[in-house]
Amino acid sequence: MSEPADLIVVGAGPAGMAAAATALAGGLRVVLLDSGTALGGQYWRHPPEHARTAVPTDDLHHGLRRYRALCEALAAGRDTSRLDLRLEHHVWSAVRAGDGFAVHAADRREAPRETAVVLRAPRLLVATGAYDRQLPFPGWDLPGVLTAGGLQALLKGAGVAAGSRVALGGTGPFLLPVAAGLAARGVEVVEVCEAAHPRAWLRRPGPLLRNPGKWAEGAGYAAALVRHRVPLRPRTAIVAAEGGDRVTSVRIASLAPDGSPRPGTERRVAVDAVGVGWGFAPQLDLLVPLGCALTDAADGNAVVSVDEGQRTTVPGLYAAGETCGVGGAALAVHEGRLAAASVLADSRARRVPAHKHLTALRAAVVRQRAFARAMALAHPLPPAWSSWLTDETVVCRCEEVTAGTIRTARADGAPDHRQVKQLTRAGMGWCQGRMCGPAVHCLTARKRAYEPAERLVATPVTLGALADLDEEPPPPPISPTSPAPPRPPAPSAPTAPTDNGETDKECS
Amino acid sequence: MTEIVVDGEPLPYVEGQTVAAALVATGRLAWRTTRVGHRPRGVFCGIGVCFDCLVTVDGAPGQRACLVPARPGMTVTTTVTTTAAPQEGDDE
Repeated sequence: MSEPADLIVVGAGPAGMAAAATALAGGLRVVLLDSGTALGGQYWRHPPEHARTAVPTDDLHHGLRRYRALCEALAAGRDTSRLDLRLEHHVWSAVRAGDGFAVHAADRREAPRETAVVLRAPRLLVATGAYDRQLPFPGWDLPGVLTAGGLQALLKGAGVAAGSRVALGGTGPFLLPVAAGLAARGVEVVEVCEAAHPRAWLRRPGPLLRNPGKWAEGAGYAAALVRHRVPLRPRTAIVAAEGGDRVTSVRIASLAPDGSPRPGTERRVAVDAVGVGWGFAPQLDLLVPLGCALTDAADGNAVVSVDEGQRTTVPGLYAAGETCGVGGAALAVHEGRLAAASVLADSRARRVPAHKHLTALRAAVVRQRAFARAMALAHPLPPAWSSWLTDETVVCRCEEVTAGTIRTARADGAPDHRQVKQLTRAGMGWCQGRMCGPAVHCLTARKRAYEPAERLVATPVTLGALADLDEEPPPPPISPTSPAPPRPPAPSAPTAPTDNGETDKECS
Repeated sequence: MTEIVVDGEPLPYVEGQTVAAALVATGRLAWRTTRVGHRPRGVFCGIGVCFDCLVTVDGAPGQRACLVPARPGMTVTTTVTTTAAPQEGDDE
């Protein structure tokens, strides 16, 4: 049994990796948890270590040098037993316990078997990232329609393309690397439908000019699209997907400035897969129940409110990366380092980063946050997106609640998504409103910001795993080479997750 | 190349792939039927958030296929009912 940890980091994406590396460099003992099978999160999603030669994905990545440097720093931490790296650990709750925090996770290295684990430390850093924000449209529930991130995850994590003729739609720069990655794997990307107009960027040129790395990255993807002859069409949207057992075509329309389809512009395009994404929704499931103050970001998401050192309003609790506002991997790395520097300072560690270094980090974060804000304002949700919906369009995928049902609930006086949920079951199913939350909010409370509700259990955990925990023993150490003693497979008793910070203002 | 067993049939996969990736790699995009509208569903978010890709793995129901790494001999049971009623997806 190792010595007690000084810091628990949840999420091993760019922010969590950087935070853990900085904390280790400062001499702390760190536990780093992630649900994935490899370090990197979604941005640097990789196949598991042992499968990298079978599934080569290096060419799909950006900033791999930084990823490898962080991997090396973390490997060194493991070598000196100061890093307890726990991949395939699904954190389902984090609570205050005594002077610190208790983090509850399901160890799923032997999935589907689960083993409950409790980890404790005086300080907690949450870097749980974000997932694609979705707006429903007719046919979005057809097989073959995926989130843009889903297409990317299959490609980066497994080398699998979900289709051979793909249309992408939504808004935001993320569509570009997805298109470039698919094209690099021989997929015909028939069209990238970007709802915004690039002119929107010119209204706020400052942040763009101050972040040359960002536009260079964008230009690189644009060049890749030109090379692969992928048309990028601004002010268009995929307004419907069609097919029987799977998607076979999409309808694409030009958009008026308010985002409504221009009459007479609809075209049908044959495809065998579709990727859609409207920016991202931060994953706040662990943070909201801990009582952190939230704030509204420019993209309409509620995000965690942090000070200039990434401290949340809860003492001992830090956040970095997309949970503090969607801004990309480079920003996430800087915030992770900054958060860990605060942890070091707050725990009076012997080695804290030099003042000069901190000042530079803070300046980088401010600069990149300004860029993220400009990006959000240049890629808003189209105000009139709901004009794509028919009454029959499924909005809540889990409970199959339609737009018509939600509109009826609203007409009956339901003032917000919570009341709609009670009346219609929208948001009550497996995903607990993670997919439909922003849309249901838009369909009810038009102009108000979306207030995230609490999901007390962030990911399903079996009652069997919980039953083993009644005494709250210390975390059972299970090495990958010595699997836990066999036990009957626990019945999967899904428990409901949280509500997170999806939001939307200015949606119709 | 190794195999998992999906609904009694062997399915090859490449080491490192999840159950969902293995299914999609063979062109299969749907492996679940919805409760209300009897609509086909498969992988949507691909990262464990949407719960559309649920399967039973080695007897444990409610597993997200996009998160479970395929392992040799793993048995996967899908819930596709072959005659999905193609209603225009309403729950009313």
